[in-house]
Amino acid sequence: MSSELINSFKTGPDENGRFGTFGGRFVSETLMPLILDLETEYEKTKTDQSFWDEMDHLWTHYVGRPSPLYFAERLTDRLGGAKIYMKRDELNHTGAHKINNVLGQIILARRMGKSRIIAETGAGQHGVATATVCAKFGLKCVVYMGAHDVERQKPNVFRMKLLGAEVVPVTSGRGTLKDAMNDALRDWVTYVRDTFYCIGTVAGPHPYPAMVRDFQSIIGKEARSQMNEAEGRLPDTVIAAIGGGSNAMGLFHPFLDDRSVRIIGVEAGGKGVDDRMEHCASLTGGRPGVLHGNRTYLLQDGDGQILEGFSISAGLDYPGIGPEHSWLHETGRAEYVSVTDQEALKAFQLSCETEGIIPALEPSHALAHVAKIAPGLPSDHVICMNMCGRGDKDIFTVAKALDWNMTEFD
Amino acid sequence: MTRIDARFAALRAEGRKAFVAYVMAGDPDFESSLEILKGLPGAGVDVIELGLPFTDPMADGPVIQLAGQRALAAGQTLKKTLALVQAFREDEDEAPIVLMGYYNPIMNHGVEPFLRDAKAAGVDGLIIVDLPPEEDDELCIPAQEAGLNFIRLATPTTDERRLPKVMQNTSGFVYYVSITGITGAANAVAGEVGPEVDRIKAVTDLPVVVGFGIKTPDAGREIARIADGAVVGSAIVDLVGKGRPPAEVLDFIRKLADGAHSA
Ligand SMILES: Cc1ncc(COP(=O)(O)O)c(C=O)c1O
Repeated sequence: MSSELINSFKTGPDENGRFGTFGGRFVSETLMPLILDLETEYEKTKTDQSFWDEMDHLWTHYVGRPSPLYFAERLTDRLGGAKIYMKRDELNHTGAHKINNVLGQIILARRMGKSRIIAETGAGQHGVATATVCAKFGLKCVVYMGAHDVERQKPNVFRMKLLGAEVVPVTSGRGTLKDAMNDALRDWVTYVRDTFYCIGTVAGPHPYPAMVRDFQSIIGKEARSQMNEAEGRLPDTVIAAIGGGSNAMGLFHPFLDDRSVRIIGVEAGGKGVDDRMEHCASLTGGRPGVLHGNRTYLLQDGDGQILEGFSISAGLDYPGIGPEHSWLHETGRAEYVSVTDQEALKAFQLSCETEGIIPALEPSHALAHVAKIAPGLPSDHVICMNMCGRGDKDIFTVAKALDWNMTEFD
Repeated sequence: MTRIDARFAALRAEGRKAFVAYVMAGDPDFESSLEILKGLPGAGVDVIELGLPFTDPMADGPVIQLAGQRALAAGQTLKKTLALVQAFREDEDEAPIVLMGYYNPIMNHGVEPFLRDAKAAGVDGLIIVDLPPEEDDELCIPAQEAGLNFIRLATPTTDERRLPKVMQNTSGFVYYVSITGITGAANAVAGEVGPEVDRIKAVTDLPVVVGFGIKTPDAGREIARIADGAVVGSAIVDLVGKGRPPAEVLDFIRKLADGAHSA
């Protein structure tokens, strides 16, 4: 359906967990009763004021919300066009947006009487957030992480261990996020009765895409009212990076029915979006398929086998994307573009130099697109980009990519 | 009536239990896989489950994951799997073949063309792990209309409320998954599985076979005693993975079949 014919973009998913044809519940029978239970519990909880009171309390006192909306003045001057604001979710406890969602899921897990929490992680940010909240509540935590990611995100592996989590390196496939998610699902079918699977992005079977979006929407809700305070109006453009799409969905969702707001999602272009398929741009370089419980755009070959994808950013290295993004893409409500590793690295440095903010490689992708479009826009055009994570975890990867020898600093 | 219905009717008439063997299509390569496939009826296999290789088999343990990877590395595709079935059918028209796998390669092929091609190749039924009854419109209903059985998995977590829904559009037989877990993991325990099989039989007239966690002829016999048949997968696939020649794999399968048939 084309965008003009849709009254509201905020009503999805339907009762079958579909956003248009995307989403759904493509899981094995063993998991199906669990997923239905979770849906029932979440539906109940969603309208329970005591749940949101608990969330608000922890968001304020534990996470440090609201995160600031910051006018990036030197960056704006440097790019010489649109006025650029950053939504500073990198200032959250644990350093990324991931904890917004984890808090919601863990409080729900506690209400459901689950004692063991599992999670998948790519960059390690979701793993760290899950390990953190589990430590706070005294829950057992097991994190699946691709062996390749364990290598490139070492600081986060150590953090998870300090927090008492068990980190399981996954060697199947190429050892990245997709493979970690497979193993987390395998764990879940094995320990269904006491285990809660805390998914880190807006993917997976219904109700995860909707539930994670609802928890992350705090980003967009805050940004909307903060922008009103700062500029007396809505932003003209909102931009976020996309791995599975949770920080983006969280920023976008409250703006979906504001037709004046241009919405742009930035996928990881890796070495460039072409037939070598060395990228993770599911929407710009993939086709619809079914993986990890939902129908969505996927990187796949002619036989329907899933491709591994490639990105310098572990958090974006996923061959799928949340189903709601696939739907926003097909309806045309949101635009999706890609940015290469090299462009993201440049934006990473630009943020360090102009704003004194070391960004994670994931939001560096969003920033790279901002840097592309801002110079061509008028100075009264207001952009809000999601600075969804800080870059401490990435300094070794960046040093390597920039050919800096870290031992020089010993 | 499909070959599956005919086979179970015959087994029932003879008072025998079914032995179901799972092998991965194209593992370790097309030719060896065809050789194993052709040997299955002679080794005593009543129903053949032929695995469709997939990069992300989320319900499978390491043994079957690796089998899929070997097959894909050797160039296996969905089209080649249908060609494998067709080659098998050249001199075998009775042994039923059930394709077991995941939805994405089928969706990628297109549901209608897939059903037409599968039927033409001589496939009798489908077990698609990531299509629960909630997604029946995707493939289950069209498959039944195309004359293929759609065999559903029932599991220890399928409770009384859900069981009728799971049975609703099932045909051919019911596959009871004996454990909560992935293929090749824990061992099935006949004492625990028996009451579960009875629970399913109370709501369906279809045969109920039990799989996951059966690795030896003795275990197969124990399980076949309390159900209509036993499935062995990982233990067979593991031998292929260890590089054993087709003849040796078939010898092991014969022992498994004898075990189940002695129940
Ligand atoms: C800082 C940061 N941003 C973005 C992502 C990508 O996830 P999503 O697209 O769900 O926000 C990750 C994932 O690890 C991350 O750590």
